[in-house]
Amino acid sequence: MIAYLFLFLIIAATIAYFIASRRAVAIAGNDARGLHSRPIYHGLNALVYTAIPAFIFILLWLLFEGSVIDMLLMSAYPGADAMTGAERDLLLSEIRQVAVGNIFREPTPEITAAVERFHSLNATANLLLGAAVVIIALAGAGLAVTSVSKRFLARHSFERSVTIFMIFASTVAILTTLGIVASLLYEAYLFFERVPVTDFLFGIRWEPQIPLREDQIAGQGAFGAIPVFVGTILISFLAMAVAVPVGILSAIYLTEYASPRFRAVVKPMLEVLAGIPTVVYGFFAVLTVAPALRQAGISIGLDVAPNSAIAAGGVMGIMLIPFISSLSDDAFAAVPQAIRDGSLAVGATKGETIRKVLLPAALPGIVGGVLLALSRAIGETMIVVMAAGLIAKMTVNPLDSVTTVTVQIVTLLIGDSEFDNPKTLAAFALGLMLFIITLFLNLIALRIVRKYRESY
Amino acid sequence: MMSEAAVEEAVGAKVDSQPPVKMQGRMVCVYYGDSQALYDVNLDIRKNQVTALIGPSGCGKSTFLRCLNRMNDTIDTCQVKGSITLDGGDIYDASVDVVELRARVGMVFQKPNPFPKSIYENIAYGPRIHGLARTKSEFDEIVETSLRKAGLFEEVKDRLTSPGTGLSGGQQQRLCIARAIAVSPEVILMDEPCSALDPIATAKVEELIDELRQNFTIVIVTHSMQQAARVSQRTAMFHLGNLVEEGDTDKMFTNPDDQRTQDYITGRFG
Ligand SMILES: Nc1ncnc2c1ncn2[C@@H]1O[C@H](COP(=O)(O)OP(=O)(O)O)[C@@H](O)[C@H]1O
Ligand SMILES: [Mg+2]
Repeated sequence: MIAYLFLFLIIAATIAYFIASRRAVAIAGNDARGLHSRPIYHGLNALVYTAIPAFIFILLWLLFEGSVIDMLLMSAYPGADAMTGAERDLLLSEIRQVAVGNIFREPTPEITAAVERFHSLNATANLLLGAAVVIIALAGAGLAVTSVSKRFLARHSFERSVTIFMIFASTVAILTTLGIVASLLYEAYLFFERVPVTDFLFGIRWEPQIPLREDQIAGQGAFGAIPVFVGTILISFLAMAVAVPVGILSAIYLTEYASPRFRAVVKPMLEVLAGIPTVVYGFFAVLTVAPALRQAGISIGLDVAPNSAIAAGGVMGIMLIPFISSLSDDAFAAVPQAIRDGSLAVGATKGETIRKVLLPAALPGIVGGVLLALSRAIGETMIVVMAAGLIAKMTVNPLDSVTTVTVQIVTLLIGDSEFDNPKTLAAFALGLMLFIITLFLNLIALRIVRKYRESY
Repeated sequence: MMSEAAVEEAVGAKVDSQPPVKMQGRMVCVYYGDSQALYDVNLDIRKNQVTALIGPSGCGKSTFLRCLNRMNDTIDTCQVKGSITLDGGDIYDASVDVVELRARVGMVFQKPNPFPKSIYENIAYGPRIHGLARTKSEFDEIVETSLRKAGLFEEVKDRLTSPGTGLSGGQQQRLCIARAIAVSPEVILMDEPCSALDPIATAKVEELIDELRQNFTIVIVTHSMQQAARVSQRTAMFHLGNLVEEGDTDKMFTNPDDQRTQDYITGRFG
């Protein structure tokens, strides 16, 4: 049904486009300049008037149709007033199941009646929707076509529509972010109703699996997030310790020293690193790097855990190299040659030029790359799940196994789908903390970039 | 009896009243890849004089200038043949450190190119690299004298910490001159230093060049005949990669030997 309506709209809009632009051409006659807007704008304007209002109407209709039909169904169902919300939901879903033919048990006469009612309501709704869409589309087309005249500002009208569309497009991203934040906040609030904020923030024991029954929640300290965050910080630090020097140095080499041919080959290869799925990095970490580190550790008498922070962090660092190198590379390349020449001409060596002129000038780009990489490191899950471990340990020993916030979120949510106990809700509290931390990182990054920017 | 040196000096003074030669190019050929940009150029740059290089664009003026402090080394395809000396020593000799050379032969570019740093740091950059000063007050002094010599100090003394890129075009160019002066070079090369400046800024820079002649040897590329006539003592005319003619500026502008110089100066081509 909806598909037919869209098809109708497309055809109607196309026809309106041609009618309006033809009409504009006819009105203009030989005097093309007499027309304020070129015929194509009259056509486009008619197209927008025909399709967009009807389209918006369809969307709104679909948004509300379900709940209106539910309401009508319930109001006709005997005894529905006395039901609780959950009972109503159950009943409604049963009616819908029966309506599409999924019959699990013999429906009661009330249900059969409701199903019939559901079908007739649906038919009416479809009819109404179809009629309304046709009327709106035709009205729009009619309005646009009749307003074609020499002085009609069709271009302005069309451009206004485009502007509105752009505003809409830009708000989608913002609204989505707001939606995510709101849902995070709400679920986290539910969690903090059960576990005190201070226990979460300052507790040093993270044993979320323990409290299975309501009365055990009071067991203090089981949701102390500090060990988990320590794990995240440790692994991110290790990853950055690999990625930052390697990334920046390779960017410097590629922009300042490498021959163009070498650069043309190596730069895309570096960027391939960014395209490797993190699961594959996880394999690499757990099957290759971790055993190798363990072996190396044994040979020099160090005890390396089979799941070690250093294996996960190191491999994550490799993964992050392209983020840093490619943004730093762009930043270096954007520094004008004239500034390099200026430095060389006072007798600076290439190295001095790079350290004292290029690095400061490219700093904003580099910081941008580093923070992007850091956000990735903090948010990375797969490599850590596979290579670093699941048990929250309060340690900063890179050879030990640790866990991270993201890993905990995954393990908390796997298998469970009921969001009414602290174990699953804890995932949202962790998520909220992670969100706040990355937000702060971004703010700091902006600060740094603005403060140290050496603009040229 | 006169000593040998004194005799030479006396004879030299009679034959040639010119100041001593600071830099000397002999049979200089420059290639960019396979194409030759300069053909057998022989040119003397004399001490404490302004030597102007003129000629239609693309004739190799900048190329020659950039040979004098080996800025051409930064262009991979560029090859220099022949010999160029500074105080008698070949600057293309394997034993020469190009960093030292550039400290002795500074350069100012066509487009002002201050570093994206503060005015102070722009000047202090060179001295810092070469270790010419240790204490803050020594740096302060170098910065102030360099800015004074470049005629910029009064204009910027209250905002030494603000970015050099925030100055006007003319001020930026004088900042670049101050930056070059700060490492106390012996020769300053200028490649069309006024081509991006308005007439008033140009006049200031020209005045400055004339003053700088007291302490430095200057080579300036210019496309403005008037500028060459105003600021230089010697002029060298290039055409299609050849040095056409070279001599005292007065003579070059009043009574050139070569027809091409005559035509160029009177604006018949260029
Ligand atoms: N980097 C370069 N690579 C190749 N050819 C160049 C380069 N720079 C200059 N040339 C060529 O060398 C010749 C002289 O250039 P240039 O010295 O810049 O002339 P001028 O400064 O007198 O206008 C020109 O033909 C120019 O095309
Ligand atoms: Mg030039």
